[in-house]
Amino acid sequence: MMKTIQGVGASPGVAIGPAFLFQQEDLSYNSYSVADPQAELARVRAALQTAEIQLNAIYEKAVVETGESEAGIFEAHIQMLEDPELVETIQKSIEVDRINAEKALMDTCEHYAQTMEAMTDEYFRARAADIRDIARRTLRILLGKQMADLSLHSPSLVFAYDLTPSDTVRLDKSMLLGFCTAEGGATSHTAILAKALGLPAVVGAGPAILDLIEGETVIINGRTGEIIVNPDETTLKTYRQKMNSEKDLAAVELSAAGSPAITIDGLKVEVVANVGSVADSEKAIVNGAEGVGLLRTEFLYLERQTAPNEDEQYDAYKAIFDVMGERPVVIRTIDVGGDKELPYIDLGHEDNPFLGWRAIRMCLDNPEFFKTQLRAILRASVGHDIRIMFPMIAAVSEVKKARVLLEESRNELQANGIVCGEKIQVGIMVEIPAAAIMADKFIGVVDFFSIGTNDLTQYTMAVERTNKKVAHLSNALDPAVLRLIAKVIEEGHKGGVWVGMCGELAGEPKAIPVLLGMGLDEFSMAPALIPHAKAVIRKNRVTDCKQIAMDVLNLASYADVEAYLAKIKP
Amino acid sequence: MPEIIITIKNKVGLHARPAGLFVREAGHYKSNILAICGENKANAKSILAVLTLGANQGSQITIRADGEDAEAALQALAALNESNYGEAEK
Repeated sequence: MMKTIQGVGASPGVAIGPAFLFQQEDLSYNSYSVADPQAELARVRAALQTAEIQLNAIYEKAVVETGESEAGIFEAHIQMLEDPELVETIQKSIEVDRINAEKALMDTCEHYAQTMEAMTDEYFRARAADIRDIARRTLRILLGKQMADLSLHSPSLVFAYDLTPSDTVRLDKSMLLGFCTAEGGATSHTAILAKALGLPAVVGAGPAILDLIEGETVIINGRTGEIIVNPDETTLKTYRQKMNSEKDLAAVELSAAGSPAITIDGLKVEVVANVGSVADSEKAIVNGAEGVGLLRTEFLYLERQTAPNEDEQYDAYKAIFDVMGERPVVIRTIDVGGDKELPYIDLGHEDNPFLGWRAIRMCLDNPEFFKTQLRAILRASVGHDIRIMFPMIAAVSEVKKARVLLEESRNELQANGIVCGEKIQVGIMVEIPAAAIMADKFIGVVDFFSIGTNDLTQYTMAVERTNKKVAHLSNALDPAVLRLIAKVIEEGHKGGVWVGMCGELAGEPKAIPVLLGMGLDEFSMAPALIPHAKAVIRKNRVTDCKQIAMDVLNLASYADVEAYLAKIKP
Repeated sequence: MPEIIITIKNKVGLHARPAGLFVREAGHYKSNILAICGENKANAKSILAVLTLGANQGSQITIRADGEDAEAALQALAALNESNYGEAEK
């Protein structure tokens, strides 16, 4: 029977196909007393050994696919499996208490997990999950069960309670039609991955989606969040048409992506891409990006034991700049903090890493480390239109200090006869409310503002991005956030400074009229979103958009903004 | 029985990678090695036990070794701690 489930649309598009259910396997076991403890002990030993063999293989694979640092977690799991005390404790419960292997294993591991969970330090508490993970792995082997399968043999829609990066790494991307998860919000890992792959996704659909039958035909609509299980012929036909027309539309939009985005009444705005690699940059150009509005540089720093040196950074930046040619590129200096681990800088443990020693704050305290990056950028920018952007700016003094270090870097290079790029613009990422509120005071110190709406929303609404309990407050279209955005654009223009946006909001079709009305100069987004965003811009009239912007800025809540925008004809 | 006292310097304490290195180093010796932090005692060759010590930055750990290579084991563990587990100071 046909059934509709409502979730949250996380990546646009319609997909129709058989459901592939990714479900954690049932590992329930019986407890009983054993007659032959030695045989039971042998079972545990063998299972631990098999688990270790599995983990070694996963570790090797992870090193190749995701790098040494990500793989480190599996190395820690191996060490836990080899733990002499773990084996000893299990042995004791089997020999003395005569309990079966499964129960001895799980009780012992659970004891350690609970001890760690009770600790005050969050880093230690997090290890409890690792112990439970190895316990499950070993138990699965004891029970003779297979690991939940994630190999797709035909094009499918993947349904899961939730997907972690390590799950998605296992997926064959060529067989993926779309995603649907019970958990998660619009900024979850699944949503971001789906957008990057250009696949439809629905998240936060609730546990009901796990009642599906494997192979059942399902329609998902990544725009509306609808999931239709077992659609009847008429529905199927409607959606096939819709999918084809969306595909047709996408093809039409893509073919027009190379042309500029000009509104009906003749205003041209810049549509550029957020990238983090050469591959992204190539994809950006295919999708009609007129430049890069955000080049993330963290990729160079993560997953390694030592800091990247100047030459290595130069090569990486130059490779991306060369892809973009004469197109402008905004490169953001390193943006990491206590939520990440860099073995070569002790970022320390912080209770609130997002309010802590991160990004520009950490860089200004480590001038030599920072200048290595600045020198690499200056060298690589020769012959290109490069703009340097500092993240996490809260005060004018920080930009001034960063600019001094930038000048020092330039002088050091030139003293050695090394050529640097000329006319490099310097700007800031506006993601801290303080910077937005004080925007006028940055005039004369910066050449541009780029608004990072994800963090600006988090800091304005005091909502941690990953906390589901408060997720309902986290919306970039909240009037509180919109007022800050409007303020930054207004002050920027008054001071003759251009204003861009590199947060998720810039690529959100329903937000585009609002942003056009506020006067945003540059829209930066994931490459896959560019063709549609350009098409939306071309359908708008700035005079109408100004009214829309004025109206929403006077609304009282996010819900009111949503309702208002839903009424506007696309 | 020889013993030494070390102070944990790195910011995150004796967890994850540093704890792993500590346990691995201890495992190279035949002696029985005990790590004591406050009221908690741990077999230095057991990662799970060492983690449950909950040694933070600034924690003092008494290490006691018993066996033919006890001195060498203590020296090696002290040197590892001195090197800050191969992590940069700041």
